[in-house]
This record gives sequence, C-alpha cells and structure tokens, in this order.
Amino acid sequence: MTYAGWIMITASLVGLSCGLIGVFLILRKMAMMADAISHTVLLGIVSAYLVTQELSGPHMLLGAILAGLLTAFLVQWLQSLQIEHHAAMGIVFTTLFAIGVILISTAVGKNAHLDVQHALMGEITFIPFKMISLPLIGDIPEATAMLAFACLIVLFAVIIFYKEWKITSFDPGLAASLGLPVLLLHYVFMSLVSVTTVASFDAVGAIMVVAMLITPAASAYLWTDRLLVMLILSSSFGVISAIVGYVIAAWIDTSISGSMAFATGLVFLISFLLSPKHGLIAGYVRPAKPIEQ
Amino acid sequence: MWSSLMMSNVQWVLISTMILGVAAGTIGCIAYWKKQSLMSDALAHAALPGVVIAFLVLGEKNLFVLMIGAAGTALAGAFFIQWIRSSTRITADTAMGMILSVFYGLGIMLLAIANRTASGNQSGLDSFIFGQAAAMVRSDVMTMLSLAVAVILIVLILFKEWKIYLFDPQFAQGSGLSLRGMDVIYTTVLVTTIVIGIQAVGVILIAALLIIPSVSARYWTQSFRTMVLLSAAFGGVSGAAGTLISTLGSGWPTGPFIVVTAASLFVLSLIFGKEKGIFIQYWQHKARQKMLSQQQADRQLGPNRVEEGIQ
Repeated sequence: MTYAGWIMITASLVGLSCGLIGVFLILRKMAMMADAISHTVLLGIVSAYLVTQELSGPHMLLGAILAGLLTAFLVQWLQSLQIEHHAAMGIVFTTLFAIGVILISTAVGKNAHLDVQHALMGEITFIPFKMISLPLIGDIPEATAMLAFACLIVLFAVIIFYKEWKITSFDPGLAASLGLPVLLLHYVFMSLVSVTTVASFDAVGAIMVVAMLITPAASAYLWTDRLLVMLILSSSFGVISAIVGYVIAAWIDTSISGSMAFATGLVFLISFLLSPKHGLIAGYVRPAKPIEQ
Repeated sequence: MWSSLMMSNVQWVLISTMILGVAAGTIGCIAYWKKQSLMSDALAHAALPGVVIAFLVLGEKNLFVLMIGAAGTALAGAFFIQWIRSSTRITADTAMGMILSVFYGLGIMLLAIANRTASGNQSGLDSFIFGQAAAMVRSDVMTMLSLAVAVILIVLILFKEWKIYLFDPQFAQGSGLSLRGMDVIYTTVLVTTIVIGIQAVGVILIAALLIIPSVSARYWTQSFRTMVLLSAAFGGVSGAAGTLISTLGSGWPTGPFIVVTAASLFVLSLIFGKEKGIFIQYWQHKARQKMLSQQQADRQLGPNRVEEGIQ
C-alpha cells in the first residue's frame, strides 16, 4: 500500500469511530465532556509511560481509559459537592492536563518519543513508518492496527448496547425506571470515548479529536430525526472530512490534523446552510406558516 | 533563584502575570455567575487563528496587533456559537465544542504555514499554545499590564451594575440599565482578559485561570464583593507563584504551573473552606447527628423518667 493510502485509511478509521461515538455524545448533551477527556488522556499516556518506561499500544490504551474514567468520576464527585457542572468540568480537565504537560516537560525528558507538540497535534505523517506485521493481514502501521481495533470495539459496543443507549440517551428517567444500570452504562460509554480518543491520538492529536467527535455528529443531527440514519450519516461525514482534510493539507502543504478539523467545520457549514429541515436557506425559502384561525 | 529574581525582566514578568491573575480572577466571578465557565475555554481556543492571521498579515511579531487579531477571531467564535445555538436545535455545549475544535484546527493549519516562512520559524508563535512568560519583552509586558489594569478598573467602576446585571436582570430592566449594553461590555472584557493571557498562559489553559479562582473563592464567602476580592487574590497568587516556579527550570512552560498552583488553592478551599468546605460540612453533620441522637435519647428516656417519678 502506498504512503498516502495508509494515511487516508488511518484518517478514515478515525472519522468512522469518532463519528459513531459522537452521535451519542451529542444526544446525551456531553459534547464538552469529550473535550475534557481528550485533554486528560494526555495525563494517562504520560503516566503509563513513566510507569512502564515504554510507549506501547496496550499500556497507552489502559492509561488513557483510566484517565478518562478518573475525569468522569472527578466531575461527578465535584458535582455531588454542589459545584456546577460547567465549573467542575473546567477545573478537572485543565488541572489534569496541566499536570500532564508538567510531567512531560520535567520528568520525561527530551529524548523520548513523546512531546507536547506531538500529543496535541498528532503526527499522522509518521504513521506509515512504524509497521508491524500481523497474521493474515500482513504489514500494517501500528497506529492503523490500533485504530482498526478501537473501531471494531466501538462498532461492537454500539450494536450490543444500541437499545440501551438509545433509551438512556433520549429518556434517562425511563431507562432508570426500567431497571437499566444507567451509571454503569455511563462509565462504559466514557471508557469507549477514552479508547477512541487515545487510538486517534497518534493520528490527529488531543484537540482535533474533539472536532472529529462532535462536528460530524452535529452535522448529521441537522439532517435527520432517526438514530440509525444519524449514526450512518455521522460516520460517513467523519470519513469524508478525513479525506477532504488530507486533500486540503496535501494541496497547500500544511498540518494534516488541522485541515481535518477544518474540513469537519466545512461539512457542518454546508449542513447548516442546506439542511432541508433546520438549514438557513430552508428557513428563508419555506413559506410562512398559515395563521391558525 | 534569588539571583534570577534580581533581573528586572523577571520582575516585570512576575508583576504582569500577577496582575493578569487578578484580572482573570475578577472576570472569572462574573463568568461563574453567568454559568459560562466553558465559554471562556472555547473563546481562548478560537483566538489562536487570529494570532496567526495577524502575524501573517503583518509579517512580524507585534504583540498588540496579534492581540487584535486574537480578539477578532475570538469574537467571531462567540458570534458563531450564539448563531448556531439560536437558529438550530444544536445545544450550547455542542456548539462550543465545535467552534473550539474547528477554530483551533484552523489555527494549527495556519501555524504550520507561518512556521514555514523564515521569520515565522523564529517568532515563537508556538509559545502561544502553552504560554512562555519568559519570552515576553518589556513592551509586551507594558501592553499586558495596561490592558489588565483597564479590565480591573472596568469591573470596579461598574461594580453595582454588574451585581444587578447578574442577580436581578428584571430589576435592571426596570431601572433602565441596558442588559444588552452590559452583555457587550462583559464579552469585550472577557475577550480582552483571554487575549492578554494567551502570551503568558497559552490558549489551552487560560480558561483555568478564569474558572478555578472564582470557584475556590465561593467556598469562603456568600457575598459577591468578598468573592470578587478573594478570587482576584487567588488569581494573583497563582499567577505570581506559577511564574516563579517555572523560572526554576529551563524551558518549563508557565501556564501549566500557574494552573496547578490555582488548583492547589482550590483543593485547600474545598477542604477547609468556611462556607461549604468538606471539613465544615462533616463537622456540622456530626454536630447535627449528635444533637439528633441526644434528642432521641431524651425522648426515649422521657417516659421512663415519668415512671420513675410515679414510683
């Protein structure tokens, strides 16, 4: 496979898994939680590195899941102490992120393959250089393999928990009264957000993953009222933005992850203008509602 | 450490981050009561493309022009968030997350282009992401100081108006105070604080300096005036202490140390705070328990005593 081919496949996998998870993030009104977790994952990765002294996939995944759960837990705990949700989130993620940055710049040292720049912006251009060989598939970049794995987990979880998440997202009260383990489902979901985030980390970095998580799902939300259609649309928007972003970056020679985030913005802008039901143009064209007698 | 303190540049930087902390702490209280803590985070990220655009247009690094650029895109971000929220069914937090990440992505795109140019490579634009107070020169410090003082003055002069605006909007309308005008002033002051903070603290962490001191102050008082004063003090201490710590190592970023100092003050407030701190609540809880069990004991003992009396 060519160099550009691997990059496109990796980016599309990011778009696909983020698009799926993002739908539930938006419907549960937890978009900023994605922002928070994407920042704190950095602390998880740095801690995993400091404990094991190596940068390997499984350790990073585990560290990131723990950091994601810690964030979710701390936010809930502060909220139970009557701190408002927005403030609780703001305190937790900035502090954990700051600790992560301090650890990187003091304890990790310069020679490790882990620096802040890398963590924030991702280095998708280096991904095809680090190949591993897997049985059946052959040679594949390590980050791509990890993303494919994360994507499968996400897909699997969405299929298994489809009904449960549908109920908990749209009507938490009903879910609780039906006896669904709402809190457990919440933490399972948070772990999945962390898994997706850390798997996308190498490719697009901590902050651009927020764009991939939220924006395609928000665009899809403007086109449809059905959950299944929204999931399909959102993941396709994710893949389209990834590819368009790569093309833009190759065209004007700039940061790939930055252009991918920008491309999600373009997809949203088009949806914002053209969506048949909620779009701006539809708002002008649609005849005024007749006055009811 | 003391020898590095004697250098006048360090002193100036120290003063400016302290004043920045005071300004952020004051504005943070208003943002806290408007329930817009995360809005400041979104606006800070949205300021990044503005910094780079201003640099690309001007071709050199002039802090004042970069600040105007930053304020421009931050305000555009605020406008978009408001527009998306009011004209579609997308909720405020989704709109904030979107604007934050898409604008930041645009900033990174432009930054890669600016870093390719010869002057851009050495301009230290990267330090806007995490803040590098040590990179500030005298003129930067002066710009920052005067804007921060202006922000603090605006909050102090309009103090009564802020109180009405935050806590009794209906009365404000009745008494002829323009809520829209106050909204404009609030957004301007908030964006100014963010913009002067990004050089020292960085776009990613400046929101923390607005959020954490105000929440910490909330643990010590019920009065808005005291809250603002305390929050300003917490912010100032964090700014100065964080900067001092970051001068101890070479190349240590300033922003994260400021945030961690602020967070330690928050943890102290959370535990020992006079109003809702964990200690005082535990103590009150114990006292109440004791009182209740005492009452219960009295009630149980009561009839017995009567019986004893009869015998």
